[in-house]
Amino acid sequence: MWVCCCYCCFKFLKSLSALSNVCLGGWGGVCATTPREEIHTNEKEVTEKEVTLHLLPGEQVLCEASTVLKYVQEDSSQHGVYGRLVCTDFKIAFLGDDESTLDNDETQFKNKVIGENDITLHCVDQIYGVFDEKKKTLFGQLKKYPEKLIIHCKDLRVFQFCLRYTKEEEVKRIVSGIIHHTQAPKLLKRLFLFSYATAAQNNTVTDPKNHTVMFDSLKDWCWELERTKGNMKYKAVSVNEDYEVCERLPAYFVVPTPLPEENVQRFQGHGIPIWCWSCHNGSALLKMSALPKEQDDGILQIQKSFFDRIYKTIHRPPYEIVKTEDLSSNFLSLQEIQTAYSKFKQLFLIDNSTEFWDTDIKWFSLLESSSWLDIIRRCLKKAIEITECMEAQNMNVLLLEENASDLCCLISSLVQLMMDPHCRTRIGFQSLIQKEWVMGGHCFLDRCNHLRQNDKEEVPVFLLFLDCVWQLVHQHPPAFEFTETYLTVLSDSLYIPIFSTFFFNSPHQKDTNMGREGQETQSKPLNLLTVWDWSVQFEPKAQTLLKNPLYVEKPKLDKGQRKGMRFKHQRQLSLPLTQSKSSPKRGFFREETDHLIKNLLGKRISKLINSSDELQDNFREFYDTWHSKPTDYHGLLLPHIEGPEIKVWAQRYLRWIPEAQILGGGRVATMSKLLEMMEEVQSLQEKIDERHHSQQAPQAEAPCLLRNSARLSSLFPFALLQRHSSKPVLPTSGWKALGDEDDLAKQEDEFVDLGDV
Amino acid sequence: MDRPAAAAAAAAVAAAGCEGGGGPNSGPAGGRRPPRAAGGATAGSRQPSVETLDSPTGSHVEWCKQLIAATISSQISGSVTSENVSRDYKALRDGNKLAQMEEAPLFPGESIKAIVKDVMYICPFMGAVSGTLTVTDFKLYFKNVERDPHFILDVPLGVISRVEKIGAQSHGDNSCGIEIVCKDMRNLRLAYKQEEQSKLGIFENLNKHAFPLSNGQALFAFSYKEKFSINGWKVYDPWILVANKKWMWFMLSTVSKCKVMPFPPSSFSNTLQGLPNESWKISKINNNYEFCDTYPAVIVVPTSVKDDDLSKVAAFRAKGRVPVLSWIHPESQATITRCSQPLVGPNDKRCKEDEKYLQTIMDANAQSHKLIIFDARQNSVADTNKTKGGGYESESVYPNAELVFLEIHNIHVMRESLRKLKEIVYPSIDEARWLSNVDGTHWLEYIRVKRSSTLYAFQLRLLCACAINTYISKWFFSIANKCLLAVCMSFLIKYVTGSYFWSVQAIGLLGICLNCALNGNTPQVPIRLAMESRRMGSARISLGFGRVGHGNDNHADADRSPIFLQFIDCVWQMTRQFPSAFEFNELFLITILDHLYSCLFGTFLCNCEQQRFKEDIYTKTVSLWSYINSQLDEFSNPFFVNYENHVLYPVASLSHLELWVNYYVRWNPRMRPQMPIHQNLKELLAVRAELQKRVEDLQREVATRTVSSSSERGSSPSHSATPVHTSV
Repeated sequence: MWVCCCYCCFKFLKSLSALSNVCLGGWGGVCATTPREEIHTNEKEVTEKEVTLHLLPGEQVLCEASTVLKYVQEDSSQHGVYGRLVCTDFKIAFLGDDESTLDNDETQFKNKVIGENDITLHCVDQIYGVFDEKKKTLFGQLKKYPEKLIIHCKDLRVFQFCLRYTKEEEVKRIVSGIIHHTQAPKLLKRLFLFSYATAAQNNTVTDPKNHTVMFDSLKDWCWELERTKGNMKYKAVSVNEDYEVCERLPAYFVVPTPLPEENVQRFQGHGIPIWCWSCHNGSALLKMSALPKEQDDGILQIQKSFFDRIYKTIHRPPYEIVKTEDLSSNFLSLQEIQTAYSKFKQLFLIDNSTEFWDTDIKWFSLLESSSWLDIIRRCLKKAIEITECMEAQNMNVLLLEENASDLCCLISSLVQLMMDPHCRTRIGFQSLIQKEWVMGGHCFLDRCNHLRQNDKEEVPVFLLFLDCVWQLVHQHPPAFEFTETYLTVLSDSLYIPIFSTFFFNSPHQKDTNMGREGQETQSKPLNLLTVWDWSVQFEPKAQTLLKNPLYVEKPKLDKGQRKGMRFKHQRQLSLPLTQSKSSPKRGFFREETDHLIKNLLGKRISKLINSSDELQDNFREFYDTWHSKPTDYHGLLLPHIEGPEIKVWAQRYLRWIPEAQILGGGRVATMSKLLEMMEEVQSLQEKIDERHHSQQAPQAEAPCLLRNSARLSSLFPFALLQRHSSKPVLPTSGWKALGDEDDLAKQEDEFVDLGDV
Repeated sequence: MDRPAAAAAAAAVAAAGCEGGGGPNSGPAGGRRPPRAAGGATAGSRQPSVETLDSPTGSHVEWCKQLIAATISSQISGSVTSENVSRDYKALRDGNKLAQMEEAPLFPGESIKAIVKDVMYICPFMGAVSGTLTVTDFKLYFKNVERDPHFILDVPLGVISRVEKIGAQSHGDNSCGIEIVCKDMRNLRLAYKQEEQSKLGIFENLNKHAFPLSNGQALFAFSYKEKFSINGWKVYDPWILVANKKWMWFMLSTVSKCKVMPFPPSSFSNTLQGLPNESWKISKINNNYEFCDTYPAVIVVPTSVKDDDLSKVAAFRAKGRVPVLSWIHPESQATITRCSQPLVGPNDKRCKEDEKYLQTIMDANAQSHKLIIFDARQNSVADTNKTKGGGYESESVYPNAELVFLEIHNIHVMRESLRKLKEIVYPSIDEARWLSNVDGTHWLEYIRVKRSSTLYAFQLRLLCACAINTYISKWFFSIANKCLLAVCMSFLIKYVTGSYFWSVQAIGLLGICLNCALNGNTPQVPIRLAMESRRMGSARISLGFGRVGHGNDNHADADRSPIFLQFIDCVWQMTRQFPSAFEFNELFLITILDHLYSCLFGTFLCNCEQQRFKEDIYTKTVSLWSYINSQLDEFSNPFFVNYENHVLYPVASLSHLELWVNYYVRWNPRMRPQMPIHQNLKELLAVRAELQKRVEDLQREVATRTVSSSSERGSSPSHSATPVHTSV
């Protein structure tokens, strides 16, 4: 009913085109607004015409077109849904008549801010027009208007709108409107963020239960110092309270205790070792933005002596030996990341199924030529190297980068994630991002190109970080309190301009634009939402998908018991009788024979014995030793970095591709099984707590989010494509009738047993 | 210190030269000369690179170098100060506890054939390790107790594909090396002193026991005496089942669950009429394997076909393998049948009975108007076959039949692909080019082809509800291969359709079937799984699962092929895509593969049912299912949920296929999961058990509480009501 076989429908519609405005407006989106979403609807704005469009406070419609045909991705363009295409100052929305078929499971995970057919303006990646079957990129002023509009999104959705049946002036208006609002450079003040914050001033209540440490006060930094026991050697300073010293640095940060505060001002915060995190053994992770490059010898001298002074401070006891990691040289360049990602994402921005199968044949070679996975591997490897220095050699590591705000953030957060179990909790992870990325001055605005001011600056560093984290989560799921779904929705939140988290280049930029400085003009500072308030986007029920049911908080008492369990299962893979075949504990490199081989026979032969020689011995040994021991999910956590272990983040990248969906399969299946068990137990417990003693079977009541695990697609909870592609399921009439009877079920068991006899 | 290096290089060359002469081959193939050129010249065009299997000239030279490097290092490490010490030490440990510790644990019935001390194992990951090597009639066992944890190498002799001797002269001290090429994706390199060798004949011993059949001995499976609580052979024994008429019940149960349930085994007789479809019957024509020696004794054919006609059809089909029922869809009545290629020949011979037979098959399903014939071969190959007397059904002669070629490559291509795969995963992985290497093997692609053909077949079947005739080509020596492919396919189809098969028992059945079926080109009709197995006999293979080549040292045998491996890989890919749809886990699949080669169990021996009876496999050996069914816990998947009535549609996109790292790359210690493969699953099982226990506790508590609260005062809040997540 929602999918029209349009060829017939449309003739009819064409003839009615004069009336279509009215007619289709009604037809287009009968149920775009569901009761739950009304929280955010701005009642004043709602006129009769927009009754179906769900607008956020402060959101304004800019242009729209009716009789637009949205192709259903499933089939190659023969089917589609009619509706209205609307462009507001927040999003591009398509209002079709297809939401009625959502069943309960699916709607529970709906994003409250962004609907299935909504694209925020910042999420638009490329816009293509199809002119006489030819696909062209659209930008700037158009002379000719396309008959088909293809929108590639940054969250890798692909939308195709057919404009052939839309009135010409509407086409002009909507196409140029969309192009202008998504592609033209913008001023910061024109971000939707501000109109939203102004309009929703009173609505926005921050979740009181949200314990994320924001690091916007001295207290937060002191707390972090205390938590990591770094307060012995480091102090939080407030020299930069009014951003007078430096606009890149946050208002408060942490430096080595003996460092005089006036040093900070010397080069506007450059050349100062800034504390990131302290390890339990006392070694710390520091970062430093490089001193500006100068030609003048005099200034160079000053810089040198300044640097020597700093160097001396942090080289004296009580500070550990410092190892400097220069991330600007000898490591990834931003350019590389940019190129790799733009190649990589093309693998997933797929217009139709022919294209999909064409790509599929060359899948592995394309994947490799993008080298995205290789970049992930390099980042993880670098992080392991640093971890090794800190953990095994007890050294301080100083990360050096031009602005200390790109790869510095990436590497230092990865290191903390591996070494500090606190960062693997949801709150800890959010605090980490707050500390290293938001306060660390990562230029989200430029790196995501939110303002479309400079395409060259657009580098998905944060996305790279999330992908690295995903590898860790994927390899050690029980170690993280959050799930891959959490990471995916977090990556999507990068493009939703109602949250302030990812829409500023630095805390300074945020504070100045919030009117904190000009308090006379504005009565009170704007109250911006933070992305960590997940209740803005998701219902509590949906939020359970963000939480890993397998995560165990640090055990306090039953440590011994757990260990015992672990050792029980060390038997050889598949031979009967117990024969243990344990893996070697340490690498060969430390053995004296190896040195002899090396000395005597030169590198060539030793290479034959162990071909991966490029890594330092220390690193290898550390890595191998760690992996040969049982994993402590509350201790150091290292990823595997061998080729086959670095995988494609399927949930994020493949989630919109109908051809890639596994009906009834994927990780959702296991997840739902787990959730089911959890809920079962929980409901029982609640029952006991309430001393609620009813006669009915307790399981029957377990409220289950993902009941029909068998039916969910691997794309759950994102694309809801299975509605379009209901493939035949075996007719079940006869089976069900019989299966419902209990005694029959028992007989089945008997039968199975018989098989064993 | 330069001299040894130079000597090493020289020795390497010498070793490469002398290897050919000292070659170990006593096998009939004879053509095992390592250099590629020679191999190509003698072996002919059909088997382009069999010879290079795992041992291109280049890697051979490398190996010599490693051998030398290792022996040198061992000498020097024991030099000056440590020389005497280590001597003493050696003397000390001769006959003391340490030496005993380095001995191998034995299976019941296993006996030690040779023990050699101070053998050096050259591990590609850790360098040289020295220890004690034990050769038994089942395995090769190497242990070093000085390392912590102990270093153990345990290789069932059955996995050995080839043993090569390499002599390297260096320093006047004769050391020898053997390279053992295994079927399970690893190569082992051992070095030992020449004197030891001559004393103990380690190499000869190894050769003798690794290839018992070539040396006139029996496989170890016949002497294995372990007792299990469950007899795996009984899991599926067509004879007993047929005798008790349970066979039909069995079949019913698998064919259509709903029809089985109402009839407990005792009242089975009733169900005879309940055969899924009156159009099919059990034929006893093959009772003595005279009708078709590679089919099982029990086959299912259309009811209306008379035995005379069957014989005529058999004459027209290669090897007499007439179309017989593999599987029938419980609802749609669509069937899968299987057969060999028709002997059409260059003159387009026809056979009226055969045409009628196919028509009958189609008629058996009232809903279908079409018969689709899947020919597993490539179209071109089928054409070539025609000139040799084979061929394919022409659509003009068989009205309503549609012929589809699945374009599956022949076994040579598959074998080559597997060889490439081994090259990239063992011993080390080139990280930078990992993906393109994987691509280069085309292994996943072949798996995909198979998968998608399955899908295709399935969709067709569902939509047209038509009978599918899995058509199996049979020609020259890739016969069996094709059969297996078909088996593989139909297995997959099975998987896709029946929820029943996802349970361990089912796979147990499958196992049965596998055992029967797979190995045995055995059409054990009864179980639909077994039916799959009804693959045509692969005629000319020695004893043993022909494709695997048990106990035969003819490693160049062109008939060997990794089809079964591909099948298991396909299943694994399915388990990846549907992690909770299968009751068994990865370990189960790996175990099957391990014992496919190990020759510990009789399950995978012999080519067909007939042979299996001849060899007394069923009485003299133990079934793998005995082992597996005795400890189902190990092999079950904690996530298993009932997917009843839900058809699994695997996605054939390469983006969803991955290399089975835990199998193919498992010898690389860096790739090994930090815990044994099933550990994760185990822990989850424990979690689940804990949860379930908790549930029970709580239920009990609720129960007591209801009692107590009604009788007494309300009890205090339970102490066990801790937050759930702490217990998980």
